[in-house]
Amino acid sequence: MSALLSVTDAHVAYGKVEAVRSVSLEVGANEIVTIVGANGAGKTTLLSAIMGILPLKGRVAFAGQDLARLDIEDRVAMGLGLVPEHRELFVTMNVEDNLELGAFRIERSRAKSSIERVYTLFPRLKERRKQLAGTLSGGEQQMLAMGRALMGEPKLLMLDEPSLGLAPIIVADIFRIVTELRTSGVSVLLVEQNAQAALKIADQAYVMELGEFVLSGKASDIAANERVAASYLGFQHEGASVI
Amino acid sequence: MNTTIMLFLVQDGITNGAIYALLGLALVLVFAVTRVILIPQGEFVTYGALTYASLAAGQMPGTAKLALALGIGAFAFDLFVARKALHGRLVVRSFITNIVLPSIVLALTIYFAAQKPPVAVCIALSLVIVAMIGVYLYRIAFQPLAHTSVLVLLIASVGVHLALQGLGLLFFGAEGQRGPAVLSGAFTAGALRFTGQSITVYAITIAFIVGLWLFFGLTLYGKALRATAVNRLGARLAGIRTTLSGQIAFLLASVIGALSGIMIVPITTLYYDSGFLIGLKGFVAAIIGGLVSYPLTAVAALVVGIVEAFSSFYASNYKEVIVFMLLIPVLLLRSLAAPAVEEEKD
Repeated sequence: MSALLSVTDAHVAYGKVEAVRSVSLEVGANEIVTIVGANGAGKTTLLSAIMGILPLKGRVAFAGQDLARLDIEDRVAMGLGLVPEHRELFVTMNVEDNLELGAFRIERSRAKSSIERVYTLFPRLKERRKQLAGTLSGGEQQMLAMGRALMGEPKLLMLDEPSLGLAPIIVADIFRIVTELRTSGVSVLLVEQNAQAALKIADQAYVMELGEFVLSGKASDIAANERVAASYLGFQHEGASVI
Repeated sequence: MNTTIMLFLVQDGITNGAIYALLGLALVLVFAVTRVILIPQGEFVTYGALTYASLAAGQMPGTAKLALALGIGAFAFDLFVARKALHGRLVVRSFITNIVLPSIVLALTIYFAAQKPPVAVCIALSLVIVAMIGVYLYRIAFQPLAHTSVLVLLIASVGVHLALQGLGLLFFGAEGQRGPAVLSGAFTAGALRFTGQSITVYAITIAFIVGLWLFFGLTLYGKALRATAVNRLGARLAGIRTTLSGQIAFLLASVIGALSGIMIVPITTLYYDSGFLIGLKGFVAAIIGGLVSYPLTAVAALVVGIVEAFSSFYASNYKEVIVFMLLIPVLLLRSLAAPAVEEEKD
């Protein structure tokens, strides 16, 4: 069976500067794949390009279809979801409206049951459902961003630094939910600086440096790799201890 | 000052202010969703008014033909953009909305214009014609520029305004027109006399404001429009097309403009270029509302209307000057409140 998402020889450039060079990756069904790497390695750029926010040279196929001519909105409708680093919530609208809009392309009747599912995953959002998104704490905003993306019934959810700037206990919660997603049939492409935590829950992993993948393989093998351990795992303790 | 005169002036000001409020709300809406400062809002007013007046007088309005011409343009744009991935459904849908619909409306207009139709038919046709012009204009002039800066959009907006004004002269001539009252009759309450027309203005304004409030607060499309205004990327990631939001915003703005025109034209003689000044007063209100706040815009519009009424009584030569001078303290205050120039974000 072919992969759910396959990226072949992707290049992404900001003007003349190539931020991502010759990158290929695959995400299978029911799989958590992580891309780890230092700040500025090009991870966010790559996710944005897969989503169609930035132009990409190369081939991206999702569920067997070439995405080249599809807008962001079409990719969302196909089942590709992105939770961006800055979350991009509708801050002056309440939690429930944010979630409802996440299901903009979904049938109304199905959206109703989706919202209950999201509330089961994130009970905190249910408590705050009438509160404005802009007044939520960082962790709650991350939950809302994930919840909104899940409302669109994605087959693949791409998460960009979901743990950034959050308290360890919330990070643990978010990573637990990511593994739950896999059980419910959603694949996850996870971009993280918190390599230790990411490698623990992922099936496959890629290590990105200066716009290129320098290592790839099973997450457990990558975690055991000496070079990775020295560069990424040695000093990244926050969040890891509680998982 | 005589209380009766004062009451008259306030009443007059509120009637005008109600119309400026509608126009101001439309400007805020369009700006929030598409970042376009809608200078041609005034042309929607004149097109609505003069189409209505022409139809009521049994003349064929050129705007119906313009709608078809713009529809053909919009269809061509749709085909061009989708040229690499053309599929039947898209072509059929675009053909129906951009060509079949304005053709039917044009046929109806030709049919009805020949026989002095009833007021309701004139209103309906005028609204549909101007609404189509608004939506097609968005497709042709603004949608291809959606990713550019506010300045580029403003330049396009000025261009559209000038083009529409020129076409207005061609369609309606240099002479002014008046239309029949939507509601005739009048009654008095104390010293004040309320005409059917002014009651219509109040009722429609209130109905529209309540309607917009319900639309934005309760419906999915209304919320999607707000979401696009709050966070464009967030909206796209939720699968909301910015082009769809833009179309809805322009549809609402053109309907509001045309409706305002239809409400004014029985009270005041309108010329092909009168819309600009009327739209500008809505713009003053929108600026006072910071181009973001709907309630502030509505209140400011009433103030603009009342100031205009009083200044036309006391210093009629300067009435426009006085109204536009309202902007100076507001801009001054705003610049003091936010001293740093914000970089334009996209």
